[in-house]
Parts: sequence; C-alpha cells; structure tokens
Amino acid sequence: MAIARVSMPPKQAAGAASQASAAGAADHYLYAGQVSIAYAGRGGETMLAIDHVDFVLERGEFVCLLGPSGCGKTTFLNAVAGFLPISSGQLNFEGQPVSRPGPDRAMVFQQPGLLPWRDVLHNVTYGLEMSGRMRRREAAAHASALLELVGLADFARSYPHQLSGGMQQRVNLARALAVEPELLLLDEPFASVDAQTREALQVELLGICKRAEVTALFVTHDISEAVFLADRVCIFSRRPGRIVREVRVNLPKPRDDVRLKPDFLAYVQEVAGVLASAAKAPSNS
Amino acid sequence: MATIVLDDSGAPKRQERGVLTGMGQGTERVVLGTAFIAVLFVVWELVTALGIEPPILLPSPSGVVSALANLFSSSDIWADLAESGKELFYGLVLAASVGITAGLSIGWYPRLGYFFDPFINFLYAIPRVALGPLLIVWLGIGLSSKVALVFLIAVFPVLVNTSSGVRSLDQHLLRVARCFGASDLKIFRTIALPGSVPFILGGLRLAVGQALIGVFVAELLGAQHGVGALIDNAGQQFQTDIVFAGLLIFAVAGMVLTGLVRWLERRFDAWRV
Repeated sequence: MAIARVSMPPKQAAGAASQASAAGAADHYLYAGQVSIAYAGRGGETMLAIDHVDFVLERGEFVCLLGPSGCGKTTFLNAVAGFLPISSGQLNFEGQPVSRPGPDRAMVFQQPGLLPWRDVLHNVTYGLEMSGRMRRREAAAHASALLELVGLADFARSYPHQLSGGMQQRVNLARALAVEPELLLLDEPFASVDAQTREALQVELLGICKRAEVTALFVTHDISEAVFLADRVCIFSRRPGRIVREVRVNLPKPRDDVRLKPDFLAYVQEVAGVLASAAKAPSNS
Repeated sequence: MATIVLDDSGAPKRQERGVLTGMGQGTERVVLGTAFIAVLFVVWELVTALGIEPPILLPSPSGVVSALANLFSSSDIWADLAESGKELFYGLVLAASVGITAGLSIGWYPRLGYFFDPFINFLYAIPRVALGPLLIVWLGIGLSSKVALVFLIAVFPVLVNTSSGVRSLDQHLLRVARCFGASDLKIFRTIALPGSVPFILGGLRLAVGQALIGVFVAELLGAQHGVGALIDNAGQQFQTDIVFAGLLIFAVAGMVLTGLVRWLERRFDAWRV
C-alpha cells in the first residue's frame, strides 16, 4: 500500500524508491523518486524546499497535495509543470524525465491570469494559438464548446474585467482544458473566490474532470476541499516538504452532497489530525 | 442627487448628477469648460475696449481674429504652415517609429537596456533645445536640422514610456504563456505588444506637446518660413495681434493632435476598467 511505503523510515524508503526506479519508473503515469528541490537563499546558502519526495500518480486519478503554506507543495507542482528543475532524484512523466513546460500538462494558477485585451472566447483559444495545434476557426468552435462546459456560453464576447472572480476562474479552467491536456495541474485555483462560489466550482471541477477524462494534481491548504475532490490526499510536512502520509478517500462520486455525511467528516478529521501533527513536528527530526 | 447603478460585477457604482446644473456629468463638463473660456474672452475684450492696456501690448480678441483673417488672405501663411507642418510631421513620425522600436527592444532585452540606459539618461538630462545650435552647425539651416531637433525632443517620452511599458508587463501573464509552450516571438506579439499599447500612446501624447516646442525653438534659431518664425518676426515689430494669431495656430495644432491620440487611447482602453 502506498501509505505504508511513504511512512517507512527514510533509509528503507530510499531503498524502496531505488527499487521502484529500477522496476516501476516507466510504468507510472507520473513518477517522482526521491525528488529534492533546493534553491539559493538570500544569503547564498541553499534552501531545501522539497526533501526526498516519493510520489506516483496514475492515469485518471485526482490527487490533492495538502500542506501548511510554505511547505513546498507548490514548488513540487512547478517542478512537475517543468518550470523548475529538480536538484536530485527522478521525475518522470509518461516515462520521460520532465525538462520543460509542455501542452500535455496545463497549469491553472490561483490568479486567473486572463489577457485583459481579449474577450472570453479568445482567452480560451489563447493556449491553442500558442501551441499552434489548431486552425483559428476550429479553435473558436472548440473554445465555445468548453465555455458551454464551464457554464459561460453567454459570456463569450465579454471582457475579463466584466466578470466576477469565480467566472474568471472558470474561464481560466476552460483555457487550460482547451489544449486538451492529459494532466491538469491546479495551484490553489479557488483560494481567492468566496466560499459559496468555491464549493460550486469544486463540484463543477469534478464533473468536468470526469467528462474530459483528465488526470488532476491539485494543490491546496484547505482540508475539506482536498477531501471533497481527491481520490488520494498527500499530506506534506512543514518545510522542507516531504510527504508524511497519504489518505485514500473512498467516497463514491459524484460527491455533490457529501459534505455533511459522517464519512466525509471522518475523512476531514483524519486528515486534519495528520496535518496538525505534521505541522508540529519538524520533518527533519 | 445620486442614483445607484449596478454594473456587471454586481458592485454598486455611484452616478453623480451635476451639482450646480442638474445636468448629466458629460454635459456639465462641456458647459462649465466653455463658460470659463467665454468669461475670459469677455474680460479680455473689456480690458482692451476700456483702454486699460494699449493694443500694442494687449490686442483685443476681435483684433486677433481680424489679424488671423488677414494672415489667411495672403499666400505667405500657407508657406509658413507647410514648413512648420513638415517639421512637425517628419519629426513626430521619426520620433514615434524610432521611439517605439527602440523602446520595445530595450524593454524586452534587459541586456540592451543595460547597454543603452546610461546614454539615454545622459541625453534625457540635457535640455534638448540646447542642441539646436549644434544641429544647425551639423545639418545647416534648412529643414533637416529642424526635423532633427523636433525628433530629439519628441523621441524620449515615446522611448522611455514604451520601454517602461514592456518592463512592467504582468509577470503572471508571461508565466501563463510559457506554460502553454509559447515561443518568445509569440509572447512578444500577444502579450508584450498589446500590454504596452497604453504606455506607447501615453508617450505619444507627451511627444506631441514636446514636438511643438521643438518646432518653435527650431524656427527661432533661424528660418525663412514657419509659424514660429512668423511669431518671432511679428514680436520684433510689436505686431502683437499677429503674435497672438500665431499662438492660436500652435494651440489648435496641439489640441487636434492630442485629441487624436486621446481618441486612440480610448479605443485601446476599452478593456481597461
């Protein structure tokens, strides 16, 4: 079981990972073996953001990376996206080492990042234009279909500043989905919208991921968001980040009205407990 | 009186009615703006009609108008207008094309910026009208030295504004574009260029005013024709009504060109809140 492997003492875990890299690295959709990420701090000393993380993601999964802010979970996501080189270890996507960003992995950031001088439709086609995979007319038709999917078909001609934060974030999501990524990377995409909108967007996201058949890696610091969305929740320790526990969430989908059910609340409690102890204990002890 | 209007974002916006007039804000603005000019003209006419100042120091508004009419009844004014117009047009076009191109490159490539910035700051610090005598020595008294002076004066607002526009691009948008695997050329075309348009237009608006100063100073340094030369000659002969007429021509040219740039700014600003 995955939980058993990541909670093993470091030495044993390293052994297991090197075995995995020999045998299983190519078999996994996304494979991280003993990944560490360090960067130069202000005084020139090296700061360790991610410390020997083992992680696998299979096709079709929805996995949340959960941890206190500043724990390096976003750093890890950036490495998967190809924005950031890893310092040591092995990071493979579909059997190939990750070296740079690509349209097979689309990123949804916390800020919508829409181009203010383009209307909604042409914001959604932006990714397609950049990767140059579709003709203009095709791209527009494709984008209209996606706007339908995120419920913004009537706003195709609106400009970003005319939309609310939640609507902008939906455009952002549609833009990411437009390039038909296999892996959707989401970095706290709903952190800056109000609570009601956030819950509605979470429901939509699950539906969209199912219909579009994408795999998702979702970074958040919100426990109930993680439990609601994820098939698995990977809990990070404080910086330098390592995965202290994985919790498999066995709640049937769709989960539209699962939030008040005892099962859901039990998972929230379990994850909260792990997170609290992870936040207390320094990870390198 | 205030009415609450809901816009698309759902945030209430206050729409003030004119406090004094009860008219809409746009109308009130035009009425009040025109009113001040009208009052100014009445006072001016009165001061001259009552003989408080002699016409040789302060010509009456009607005197200025008839001087203007006189000017346009002779053919000399067309030569003046053509000459000044050429200086302004060539100077501005040159300043805009060089300023925008150089500003974009310097803003986009940091190393080019490091290379050229000290020199640009040095030139920017000089009162550039002081380069006039030098330009006459180098280029002669004809059109080219005047165009050069207008160019040198007008190019800097465009260049400095454009490069700072490119430098202050939203870094997040650049990250989004890279995430989609956009090439540098595509990022430049789809983000850097549209993102710096407001800055470029702001620079052009400043450049228009500066260019008019350039035209006047260039013609002051020696010219056969030109509206600036006309003002200079008239001033030396105490024909103050013609001086005022010349000033009016400068003012109208400046307002028309600035209005043109403002119109462009409004068109491109539709997407800004």
